[in-house]
Amino acid sequence: MSFLPYALVGWICVVGLYGIVTSKHLIHLGLCLSVTQSSTYVLLLSVGYVEGGGPPIFKGIKLGTTAVDPVVQSLVLTDIVVSVTVVALILALALNVHKETGSADPDEIAELSG
Amino acid sequence: MSRRVRIGIFLAAAASFGALLIWGFIGLTDFGHYKGPYGYVLNRVALPERHMTNVVTSAVFDYRGFDTMGEEFILFASVVGVVLLLRSEGREDDEMEDDTGSDTVRVFGTLMVGGSLLVALWLIAFGFVTPGGGFQGGVALAGGAALLFLAAGYGPFKVLGNETALDPIEGIGAGGYVVVGLAGLVSGAAFLQNVLGPGVPGTLWSGGSAALVNWCAGAEVAAANLILFSQFLEEYLVPLAGKQQS
Repeated sequence: MSFLPYALVGWICVVGLYGIVTSKHLIHLGLCLSVTQSSTYVLLLSVGYVEGGGPPIFKGIKLGTTAVDPVVQSLVLTDIVVSVTVVALILALALNVHKETGSADPDEIAELSG
Repeated sequence: MSRRVRIGIFLAAAASFGALLIWGFIGLTDFGHYKGPYGYVLNRVALPERHMTNVVTSAVFDYRGFDTMGEEFILFASVVGVVLLLRSEGREDDEMEDDTGSDTVRVFGTLMVGGSLLVALWLIAFGFVTPGGGFQGGVALAGGAALLFLAAGYGPFKVLGNETALDPIEGIGAGGYVVVGLAGLVSGAAFLQNVLGPGVPGTLWSGGSAALVNWCAGAEVAAANLILFSQFLEEYLVPLAGKQQS
């Protein structure tokens, strides 16, 4: 069973990419990108998991108790912030594209701009 | 390129990408058997060294605090980018009706705003003691304000989402981080090194500089998210208000 988290990572990543490729709406495309990115959260947390480990927070818990890796958790935090910024910029760009061309379909926009 | 061709190319690429992923995953340690050493080291030394009981926060704001500063400025830059992209001339605010129909939603929603703001402040304040931190609490703060929009409409939201107040807060949050870092240099230590003393573990007086940096991040994240919310809300609501009037 130990491969399941990694299989999940691969699936989330590829399914998000499939969404990007087949997207018919720019907002949908942005959300698919964040789905792809969220596979990295699962990957990081899976890599840092220690069997039987608790959260790496030692308030009221004896130091030295088995805990999961805090480094990957802090990386996930960075990852989420980056994901938020990317989605915000994509949404703003999508709004502008829609204002300019009257369409949010990536295929139509490509045709318009030649 | 037609849709069919594109999907065909994608499927071929996805197959080889999937093979690459599987090859990569085979080299990883089994799930649950983390090898370390950094996680194990931090879990051992963070509390004795930095007196912070939340090791994740001590990693974010102390051990790799410099990295987090870059992360804050990524957020800052993206907010600037969104504001620039969505800037439009002659936008008139304050004329939008609040259109929440139900009094029940309004009353209980507004009560919940108070509760969620309180939880958010707790998340930031105790971020280095119990689960939480500046980033998480900042997002929760902005979320509480967004709840105000859902419950009571745009007018009340605008009181919290007021950009003349938010811009300085965002600036102070981002700049304060650097100032705390420079305080380390001024006192003859390294950038972002703790100059306030480690404090008492498990209390609000622990972590020293990292506690201040934590608040800076909280202010920056809350303000940045609120600016984003109010930008997108204006973009969405102003055309609606125009339609209602005409």
